[in-house]
Amino acid sequence: MGRLSRLLPKLALAPSAAAVLVCVYGFSLWTAGISLTPSTLLPRYEWNGLTAHAALWANPRWLTAVENLAVFAALFVVLALAAGVVLAVLLDQKPPGLAFFRTLFLYPMALSLIVTGVAWKWILNPQLGLERSFALWGLDVHVDWLTRPDRVVYAIVLAAVWQSAGFVMALFFAGLRSLPLEVRHAARLDGASAFAVYRRVLLPQLWPVLFSSVIVLAHNAAKTFDLVVAMTSGGPGYSSELPATFLFVYSFQRNQLAVGAASACALFAACALTVLPYLKAQARQEGAHAR
Amino acid sequence: MMNTAVVLALSVEVLHWWTSGGEAKALKVLKQEFEAAGGTWADTPIAGGGGDTARSILKSRFASKHPPAAAQLHMGPQVWDWGKEGVLASVDGVARKNGWDTALAPLVGKGVKWDGKFVAAPVNIHRENWLWANPAVFKKHNLKVPTTWAEFNDAADKLKAAGVTPLAHGGQPWQDVVLFDGVALGLGGVDYYRKAFLELDPAVLGGDTTVKVLTQFRKLKSYTDKGAPGRDWNLASAMLIRGEAAMQLQGDWVKGEFLAAGLKPGVDILCLPSPGSAGTFTANNDSFVFFKAADPDQAKAQELLAGLVMGEKFQDEFSRQKGSIPARMDTPMQGFDQCALDSRKALKEATAADKAIPIMNNGTSEAVTGALTDVITAFFNSDMPPVDAAKQLVAAAKSAQTI
Repeated sequence: MGRLSRLLPKLALAPSAAAVLVCVYGFSLWTAGISLTPSTLLPRYEWNGLTAHAALWANPRWLTAVENLAVFAALFVVLALAAGVVLAVLLDQKPPGLAFFRTLFLYPMALSLIVTGVAWKWILNPQLGLERSFALWGLDVHVDWLTRPDRVVYAIVLAAVWQSAGFVMALFFAGLRSLPLEVRHAARLDGASAFAVYRRVLLPQLWPVLFSSVIVLAHNAAKTFDLVVAMTSGGPGYSSELPATFLFVYSFQRNQLAVGAASACALFAACALTVLPYLKAQARQEGAHAR
Repeated sequence: MMNTAVVLALSVEVLHWWTSGGEAKALKVLKQEFEAAGGTWADTPIAGGGGDTARSILKSRFASKHPPAAAQLHMGPQVWDWGKEGVLASVDGVARKNGWDTALAPLVGKGVKWDGKFVAAPVNIHRENWLWANPAVFKKHNLKVPTTWAEFNDAADKLKAAGVTPLAHGGQPWQDVVLFDGVALGLGGVDYYRKAFLELDPAVLGGDTTVKVLTQFRKLKSYTDKGAPGRDWNLASAMLIRGEAAMQLQGDWVKGEFLAAGLKPGVDILCLPSPGSAGTFTANNDSFVFFKAADPDQAKAQELLAGLVMGEKFQDEFSRQKGSIPARMDTPMQGFDQCALDSRKALKEATAADKAIPIMNNGTSEAVTGALTDVITAFFNSDMPPVDAAKQLVAAAKSAQTI
């Protein structure tokens, strides 16, 4: 009995551990292997060195994708955090209709990215959306980011932030609520303004929330695929291409499987670099617990 | 066990992306013929992406060692890529017996053979180098439909000044390439197009003609409207139908849109060779390619299907629905519209003069077509100097051929 109860947790975890081992680590290794072959249409298991990696990093479309990801990820994370924190602080004031607003801002999160993408595609289309409305009101305002190669990334940032700000808000709102009320009262008694209370007392205590938010947002940014597919299909030209869309096109449409696999390796490395600090911090925390 | 073998004897699984109204209806004709001849048809339709999804599924079927008997592909490299993997089944027996070699235009015949043997049955041919024009718009502004690029620029400038969008365009990469193809063919001619984009000769691809072509191509951008980027081709056709735009450069699959709007192709919407391309023909083909199977009966079923695909009845019926012309050049083509009849005539004349060629993605590998498309569409959507773009075309072609 005692033996069984010791074994049981391990047995229960075994299937999912095996699945992760094969489907995540196994396939990651397989993909890395494919990137070292001359595979085109189908996998071909022959050694080809780093040719595919070299071809990848000489490919202007890939470089555009990487550059776009840098801009997109930075703006998306910062703006989604800023919008989320502001919304959380506003909700924290317990405005009338609190529950309504909380649901309202969280709701975009429930939409699929495809729906978000299509909606924003229409809103930002110069002949259907905002620009047309402005024109009908007699205003000469241009909302043509989607059709401008030098602006299209910002349009995607806008849609992504709209989708994710509510999520950040929910995290921070829950965080703020979990802080003991005494702290606020004490700070207010000491004469701190409402702004200072948040800036110097409350928000600094929420750094674990900030940390998780950044990790979730950053890896979502790296994976962004459907939003681009729905809004621009990577266009105009390939000016809104992101690494995930590049990976798909090269692996499954262009018959350049090895190049696609090489881009997957690069994307994997980028994700690992963002998640690693998190894992490390967590390991340290758990270590502290154990002691 | 015996029973199953008998039942499966003449069974084919056909993977295709003809899921929309007319195409699906036309394919049903083939299915009925096949079943009337005693076969069993297992349909695997995969919608979406102009066949991108279907071709991905096809790869995964091979990866899982469970390929279909037949699949829809474009002629040329899409067929040859599979040939290189050594998985194609020959239907040469039925092809020889039925004289495919003489019935098909050589450019199609070449595209459906691997290693000298027929491995695919061609269904139809779309002509890409068409200029569609709304005659009412031209009449209203007292202009002639252009036949050269100089005339095109002239007419387009006047139309633009009069507040009409000269060119209905959907700014998606493949549609940008259709425009580019039109300019390349019109300004450079067939030999240039063949050397530059099918044979990928670096000296020609990066040469002066390409710079000239790119310069005119860039000019076309100013003749499109602001909403063009990302637009689907059928919405561009709708602009032509409504008279908001005067012209569209697109393959003859657009006819379906005109017919659906109650307009007669060749009368209400004119079809002319794209500027400067009279006497030439750029072809886009659909074929059924056949895959090897362990079961010897499968080969019989494939030969039966191949024979029916190349049968006159199916060839005519399908193209009437699809807006293309039959791959065979000897069918009666009764009841086809004027544009289709013109297309057949143009194909015959161009074939005789050796001026019929496949379009880029029916003539080079998907990797090369993709790489060239990237440069073309990036150029069209930026202010990159034409000389730089020509250099990039050469580099892209080289890189795509390496891996």
